[in-house]
Amino acid sequence: MTITIDQNKLKMKSKDLEVFYQEFQALHSVHMDIEVNKVTALIGPSGCGKSTFLRTLNRLNELIEGTTIKGQVMLDDIPIYDKEVDVVDLRKRVGMVFQKPSVFPMSIYENVAYGPRIHGIKKKSHLNEIVEKSLIAANLWDEVKDRLNSPAARMSGGQQQRMVIARVLAVDPEVILMDEPASALDPISTSKLEELIGELKTNYTIVIVTHNMQQAARVSDYTGFFLNGQLVEFNRTDELFVNPLDKRTEDYITGRFG
Amino acid sequence: MGHKRSVKDIVITTGLWLAAAVIVGVLFVIVAYVFAKGISAINFEFIFQAPKRAGQEGGISTAIVGTLYLTLVSILIAVPIGVGAAVYLQEYANSRSKFAYVVGLTAETLAGIPSILYGLFGFVFFVIFLGMGWSILSGSMTLAIMILPTITRTAQEAILSVPREYRENSLALGATLWQTISKVVLPSALPGIVTGIILSVGRAVGETAALILTAGSSLNMPMTLGDLARTMAVHLYVLAMEGLSMERAFGTAFLIVVMVLIINYLANFSLRRLSNSMK
Repeated sequence: MTITIDQNKLKMKSKDLEVFYQEFQALHSVHMDIEVNKVTALIGPSGCGKSTFLRTLNRLNELIEGTTIKGQVMLDDIPIYDKEVDVVDLRKRVGMVFQKPSVFPMSIYENVAYGPRIHGIKKKSHLNEIVEKSLIAANLWDEVKDRLNSPAARMSGGQQQRMVIARVLAVDPEVILMDEPASALDPISTSKLEELIGELKTNYTIVIVTHNMQQAARVSDYTGFFLNGQLVEFNRTDELFVNPLDKRTEDYITGRFG
Repeated sequence: MGHKRSVKDIVITTGLWLAAAVIVGVLFVIVAYVFAKGISAINFEFIFQAPKRAGQEGGISTAIVGTLYLTLVSILIAVPIGVGAAVYLQEYANSRSKFAYVVGLTAETLAGIPSILYGLFGFVFFVIFLGMGWSILSGSMTLAIMILPTITRTAQEAILSVPREYRENSLALGATLWQTISKVVLPSALPGIVTGIILSVGRAVGETAALILTAGSSLNMPMTLGDLARTMAVHLYVLAMEGLSMERAFGTAFLIVVMVLIINYLANFSLRRLSNSMK
């Protein structure tokens, strides 16, 4: 059972989406609507296809040899798997935060300035402005403003993950994908991150994969439950957790498996 | 039972320790011997003057310059090709591609070929067929081919050890594959690449057979790429084989060791400054 969202509020949308790794079918005909300026959570047991689905949204699946994708993914009114779509442009608009915070072996400043530089911004004052704005938006500025030139790897795990988010924000995306962004963090860093997600949705559309159902319930507006490569149920988060319509969803969220 | 095991344990531990100690011992004895026999030949004149009377008098300045010249040019030729091939194999080629497999196999085979065969090839191809004569250029190209497998393999290993997450993060930020490689992957792989270069420098500095056939053994100061040159290792060989002066042969050996140590130290030092600053 999946609900549809008012077409005027749609940011992304998948239709008949199927993904194959060699012969293995990882996703079966997934339809999902992603509303603008909302947080959409993807839950389900390991190997259910939620991360695979997330990675179709910025075409990161293409990096894996032998991947085939069928069906359609729309960003606004652009079919992103169309031949004419420039994948670089797509990834500028659809940023991604991964499980493990992966800071490049550079300074904090250089990490955050990496994206803008790649996209051709050279003026130092402009870069300074972007770095500051992004770190402020990621709730990290006050903690690092005095050591922007020190190595990013010396920050704590929670700070690194927020810096990675700042690095994504610096590219000025419209959608931010998060693949279990809190799985490597301690509880305090996790709550800071969740708070940040709540703030970010004012300006961005967020899709987050999580193993933690409480987290999905806390941060998201919509939740999709994946099982064996199928989107079993997609609904408003408050509906899905309180009143699951599919037996399998109920079993999963009440902890009977997974 | 426990007692028996502990005796066995001591025997094994001692045996393994001895095996490790042999390595240190051998190196120490060689270096000490070379230093002891060579130090008496070392003075200002020996380092800064050109050889006279076939090397029986004067210094070895032309051989020092020849060594640095040949090594530098061969590294300049081999590094772009070797690192380029490594980048192609690790980042661009499909892992199941036939071409990548053949290149890998070739590199491995090339690494096992005795240097005299490279010398023979260099002599026939560069010196005679291409008409480059005995020269720094012929010698450097031959050396470059010789060290290419080492540089390629070590660069490949270094690139392989760069976390996959770096690539994913960079690409997800909208970087192209080349931007990702040049700005994130290669800088991270630099320590490993430099290790390969250091190994290659050691091999180039110590090479004799291939160079006698391709760079000649002139005692004149090499200036242009077309000039003949004699390296320190070749000079050592000539001094010892022709009975010109054992003392000077050891003096030359001493300086070879010192040069290799200095190059290793400089490379490690600059590398540590470079990579520690961002970790």
